[in-house]
Amino acid sequence: MSKGDSIKEVLDKASKGDKAALGRLLTIIETSPKKASMVVSEILHEEGGAHVIGITGIPGSGKSTLISRLISHYKDRGLKIAVIAIDPTSPLSQGALLGDRIRMQEHATSPNVFIRSVPTRGVKGGLSFSGVTMIEVFDKLGYDKIIVESIGVGQTDIDIMNVAHTIVVVTTPGLGDDIQALKAGIMEIGDIYVLNKSDKPEANKTYAYLDFALDLGELGGVDKRGWRPRLLKTSAIMGEGIQELADSIKEHLEYIKASNKYMEKIQTRRMLMIKLLAEKIFLEKLEDLAEKGDKIRLEKNNSLYQACINLIKKVSRELERE
Amino acid sequence: MGGAADILELMKEIRGRRIKVLVAKLGLDGHDRGAKVVARALKDAGMEVIYTGIRQSPEQVVETAIQEDVDIIGVSILSGAHIPLMERLISLLKEKGIDDIPVFLGGTIPIPDIPKLEKIGVDKVFLPGTPLYDIIKYTVEAVKKKRSRRN
Ligand SMILES: Nc1nc2c(ncn2[C@@H]2O[C@H](COP(=O)(O)OP(=O)(O)O)[C@@H](O)[C@H]2O)c(=O)[nH]1
Ligand SMILES: [Mg+2]
Repeated sequence: MSKGDSIKEVLDKASKGDKAALGRLLTIIETSPKKASMVVSEILHEEGGAHVIGITGIPGSGKSTLISRLISHYKDRGLKIAVIAIDPTSPLSQGALLGDRIRMQEHATSPNVFIRSVPTRGVKGGLSFSGVTMIEVFDKLGYDKIIVESIGVGQTDIDIMNVAHTIVVVTTPGLGDDIQALKAGIMEIGDIYVLNKSDKPEANKTYAYLDFALDLGELGGVDKRGWRPRLLKTSAIMGEGIQELADSIKEHLEYIKASNKYMEKIQTRRMLMIKLLAEKIFLEKLEDLAEKGDKIRLEKNNSLYQACINLIKKVSRELERE
Repeated sequence: MGGAADILELMKEIRGRRIKVLVAKLGLDGHDRGAKVVARALKDAGMEVIYTGIRQSPEQVVETAIQEDVDIIGVSILSGAHIPLMERLISLLKEKGIDDIPVFLGGTIPIPDIPKLEKIGVDKVFLPGTPLYDIIKYTVEAVKKKRSRRN
């Protein structure tokens, strides 16, 4: 494949199963908002039937190892699986070390598996936008399961988790009775809670604790009427509890399909995509103007609010001119 | 060369262009300290580094390079099997039509093997003890060259 191919050509090749073309398409989405929107325009009128599964939890809880097990499970059933593995970018160097693949490399050469590592690249990097758009592309290309791994810290991570059909929160033994840790952010968004590393001795104690928290309604907070969050034990290393996890994920899919939430999620995802792209385009232009030495001023007789409106107008005018 | 100021200068260059590197341990040896040190140095210089972990086959490395759409591949081999492994890796890259991706190699490579490796298509061989700065600088320049060829 040559770099000179048009977006339509790259997309065409990717649709025919050319993985190099797909890899390149994802790079286009990551690097150019304009081209990314051209890609989206090409594919948005159709949709696949993918099931988007978000896997979140603190670093080291075993998300990547667990995903590798899930890949095996789905692969054995003849499904096509895409993984979007998100890792943080260092705010200091802007570099990133992406190591999720280490646990999944046994699947690197499987024809029905595509794994892509994505750095967060700060807020302006627009991870949320490229992440959401990548989901759209994998969906269109006929992937059955799209698994998104992230540590679930910060708004970008939460955004992307919220567009997943099914959210799996991974914890480990020894989390202790620290209810604050549970209450922080991601612990409230799970459809399924997994206590991984259940091969460890403290597992039973933590399980009992999580079970209690679930009963109290401390876990799975928002809009969970109609679905009672599940709690499961796994050992990704030993390969235990994987069937049960896959069963629960399937049950949840059946639940959202029956309750119309499946389509709602897709609509939410697309609205979010537009909003995130708008933000990204705006912020990039703003930065651009600042770099060109355009000063943002607060005139004496202007209110702060009016100054903001003027700035927005100015950026819009610049964007129109392009 | 290689002082803090030079590294800062390089980092500035890297920021604008976003370099994606694949660092891979090819073959059966299980020592990945060297590979990890290089991966970390490239990350600290501002690159996006994908690390595969140990015991990779050439097939796995090439597939990973394709799915991740990387700019450059760095390979570490300590097992002594560098000639056949690199032959296989480079021929797979050719087969897939992505042999414009530069490949550099580090590890315990006997000096007389270097010309052979270069003939196979390895872009650069780094011997043990190479300053990390040299590897960073090489990476930036090799990616720059590759991109100007593609455009
Ligand atoms: N004992 C035990 N260790 C595990 C289990 N699952 C993963 N690990 C280990 O935990 C570490 C982190 O795993 P990883 O999948 O990279 O976690 P992530 O950061 O959440 O993606 C690795 O050393 C794994 O081998 C498990 O079920 N039991
Ligand atoms: Mg991980």
